[in-house]
Amino acid sequence: MSARDLLPAIVVLAVLAALPFLGLSGALLNFLVTTLIIALAGLGWNVLGGFGGQYSFGHAAFFGTGAYATAILQMKLGWNAWGALGAGIGLGALVGLAIGYLSFRAGLRGSYFALVTLAFAEVFRILANAADFTGGAAGLLLPLRPGLATLQFADRRFFVLLLVAFVGVALLASRWLERSRFGAHLIAVRENEEAARALGVDALAVKLRAIALSAAITAAAGGLYVQYFLYLDAGVAYGTWISVEALLAPIVGGIGTAFGPLVGAIALQGLGELTKHLAGGIPGIDLVVFGACLIAVIAFAPQGLLGLRPFRRRRKARDARAATVGA
Amino acid sequence: MTSILTPSRRAVLRTGLAATSLVAMPAILRAQGATVKLGIIQPVTGALANDGDLGKLGAELAVQDINAAGGLKSLGGAKLEIVFADSRSSPEVAAQETERLNGEGVAAIVGGFASGLCATASQAASRYDLPYLIDVGVADQLTQRGLKNTFRFSPSFGMVTKDALQRLVALNDAAGKPARTVVIVHEDGLFGSGLAKLLQAELPKLGFEILETVSHPTPARDMANVVLRIRSLQPDLVIPSNYYGEFVLLARTMLQQRVRPKGIYAILGGGASSLRFVKEFPQAAEGIMDCNHWPDPKNPLTAELRKRTEAAGRAFAYNVPMNYSAVRLMAEAIEKAGGPDRLKIIEALSTQSFTSGVMPYGQSKFVNGQNTSALPLNTQVQGGDVKVIAPPDFAQAKANFPFKA
Amino acid sequence: MYAPQILIEAALNGLMTGAVYALIALGLTLVYGVLHIINFAHGALLTVAMFAVWGAFALFHVDPYLAMVVIVPLMFGLGYGLQRFVIGPASHGNDNNVLLVTLGLSIVLENGLLALFSSDTRALDSDAALQVIELGPLLLSTPRVIGFVAAIAVTGLLWLVLNRTDTGRAIRAVAREKLGARLVGIEVDHVYAVTFGLGCACLAVAACLLMPTYYVNPRSGAAFVLVAFTIVVLGGMGSIAGALVGGLVIGVVESFSGLLLGDSLGQIGIFLIFILVLLVRPTGLFGARA
Repeated sequence: MSARDLLPAIVVLAVLAALPFLGLSGALLNFLVTTLIIALAGLGWNVLGGFGGQYSFGHAAFFGTGAYATAILQMKLGWNAWGALGAGIGLGALVGLAIGYLSFRAGLRGSYFALVTLAFAEVFRILANAADFTGGAAGLLLPLRPGLATLQFADRRFFVLLLVAFVGVALLASRWLERSRFGAHLIAVRENEEAARALGVDALAVKLRAIALSAAITAAAGGLYVQYFLYLDAGVAYGTWISVEALLAPIVGGIGTAFGPLVGAIALQGLGELTKHLAGGIPGIDLVVFGACLIAVIAFAPQGLLGLRPFRRRRKARDARAATVGA
Repeated sequence: MTSILTPSRRAVLRTGLAATSLVAMPAILRAQGATVKLGIIQPVTGALANDGDLGKLGAELAVQDINAAGGLKSLGGAKLEIVFADSRSSPEVAAQETERLNGEGVAAIVGGFASGLCATASQAASRYDLPYLIDVGVADQLTQRGLKNTFRFSPSFGMVTKDALQRLVALNDAAGKPARTVVIVHEDGLFGSGLAKLLQAELPKLGFEILETVSHPTPARDMANVVLRIRSLQPDLVIPSNYYGEFVLLARTMLQQRVRPKGIYAILGGGASSLRFVKEFPQAAEGIMDCNHWPDPKNPLTAELRKRTEAAGRAFAYNVPMNYSAVRLMAEAIEKAGGPDRLKIIEALSTQSFTSGVMPYGQSKFVNGQNTSALPLNTQVQGGDVKVIAPPDFAQAKANFPFKA
Repeated sequence: MYAPQILIEAALNGLMTGAVYALIALGLTLVYGVLHIINFAHGALLTVAMFAVWGAFALFHVDPYLAMVVIVPLMFGLGYGLQRFVIGPASHGNDNNVLLVTLGLSIVLENGLLALFSSDTRALDSDAALQVIELGPLLLSTPRVIGFVAAIAVTGLLWLVLNRTDTGRAIRAVAREKLGARLVGIEVDHVYAVTFGLGCACLAVAACLLMPTYYVNPRSGAAFVLVAFTIVVLGGMGSIAGALVGGLVIGVVESFSGLLLGDSLGQIGIFLIFILVLLVRPTGLFGARA
């Protein structure tokens, strides 16, 4: 990767890192945290779904595993929060490998892959809701212990910085996918798996590496979620809401682009905040507007926001370049 | 799967408020003397929308009454103004909305309804020393986290189950111990699962035999199998703990399959003390008992609240009187604190005692954040209405147990 | 262990519930088979139909079974219009976008219902719900027996429509070869919309059969969606017969696993079947190709 490739990412990260120090209100700071967590989950989804073309409806399986591992290792085994978060990310990747191994080996693609991931996430949700060590249906309340070792910052601006660092790593990973040999193989598998295989790409290995990376990033989002909100239950961890948020952000922002998930998360969360003011006292009206806006965005920006004309040309050129590398 | 997005999102606001209220400045808003802003947070969209709606109504009725009676008297008749927030049945939205309420300069927050929502909201409020009065988040831990700003008006889970069991034994003893065998039917969320675990530990000690514990998801599509099991086990007593829809399915299917145990004794049962259920299915509801949050039947305001709820087109349930009373209590705390100073309100809540509105709590007093005077009431559906049958101080009718139609 | 009578009753219960599940899955599988899309708005559309049944009863005291005459065509029209004027144009024929459009649609529908009808749970207080047919020692719920018979009849009817009518042949032609169908003069957009409409009509029938014993609130359709997906996969995506057999099998499995494991963990039985079928035989019981 050349310096020019990295420049946009560095600028965006610098802006994000500077934001909390511009005197934001608590509400805006909190909004930033939620948005970055969703963006991180979306960046994870995008590795597999965007670059790899394997649409998962079940990224909750990874988000939840990261979150539960981070919480349980601290609460039940007394681990340090950083170690617990690291282990959560690792476990998330393992779960990704396991699900990927089973489904890719069975040759599942498209809707079939989407449905099997959805089913896995649901099984996790039901089990987590019934098991004892997850706190069952009552969920887990992490004790409040502000400090660097416990990863709970009394000053939330530092939590934003931490999130920006994670988003930065995920962004760089995505940029790397756009440039590297592995990324080219992944895109080749997305475009035509048979052709890629004929050219000597080990499709199964490529997809497995992609799902592990994807799951690890989304698991990190889960771990950070629980570190911030300090509350977790099966519906939050493994519920369909996060699977949907994780795929919505990249698709709305621009699927298969490094910045797509970030742009999408900001747009969707921002839209959600704005529509709040439209309900006029009748519950539901605001969400009707939100849903209608979602449909409108897709109708008018079918390639995602980054696919709109001002952004389009560069992206095409890049895809073409990636395709040549893949071949 | 259609509901995927709903459990996460956004709030109802009075129209006209600038979209930029995210950056609203608290100090300026707070300085306006004539009104005191009170944050009300309830889930009015998403899975818990029905409960949130009723809770919101209760809070609104309380503010109406307080303002109509001359506002906060010790503050020169300052009026209360509700700033409402919808937590969308989702913990992270509850936190975001709490931040917004803080930004709008509320003096305190009342509400929450579910434990997960209360957990993140009260924690967000604690950053600003913003007093937070939980209406009915049952998880015991909510007030045991060392958050100085968090108080719970209603009885905790542990308190409810303790009373429920004591009164069950008393009921059975008074009738000559007709019931010995029990089947528990519970939803697999926090309410139901926690309760089942507790009952499994405690009931055998009290001389009951648990034949079976059946759990079901919410929403459940079907209760036929649950009832089939009950029919084959022939228990004396069925103890359900579930939300409204499932409770209705269960009661109707039991009636249809002609399963009539000696008693149906719900604990925090969603439908058992809902007047909608009683009105729509009088035959299925008759005789069902419930140990749940319920207002003092002897307080004349209770009947009035019920009328006003029905006038608003809603069926009366405990959320209305609970939030009505909680808001009145918070108003009293603001008066006792001498104004909307957050730390002074917290101080007042932790040290003084308060009237409890229409809830049967006498003088409410908070110890480590929990209202130690709070207690549930036992009700039974009799003659198409919900009647209180225990404890004796509040009873309107004698228990019909073992049940005779 | 349970007495044989209980087991027989559980099996019958499963078959009766499964038939209605099959009807819901039928709409889903039809839309998948022809449009090759996963319709996320299916549950919300079921809720719409259930509210329609409830409304007809509450406002005009129309019997839920009679209401079918009105609600089925209405839902067909709604489905036709949605596909023709919203889903089709907004998604530009791109599968990823269809997913998001139907998701957006489900948010709009569910919350529109919330705004219109509030979050109250509503049920029909009709006496029919409590009637039983006594079959020796067995008590069979009358509305569920009716549901079983009607669901099988509707499946048969749908099969006839697809195999014996011109519209049906056009639908099958589009399902198999979109481009070819267009070349021989079939208006593909119209066929898509008709298919979506038929899917919604199935939901309308299911709603009329469910409402005598079930309840409705703005989210109640969601409870049936995952199980409908399972049935579609088990039967083979796009297969009508598969949806019926799949529905019945899932109904019985749910019934027995509910009896043996409890209804909560019993749900796992369904998902495990789902995963196993996908991993071992993704074409399902009746599917032609992956």
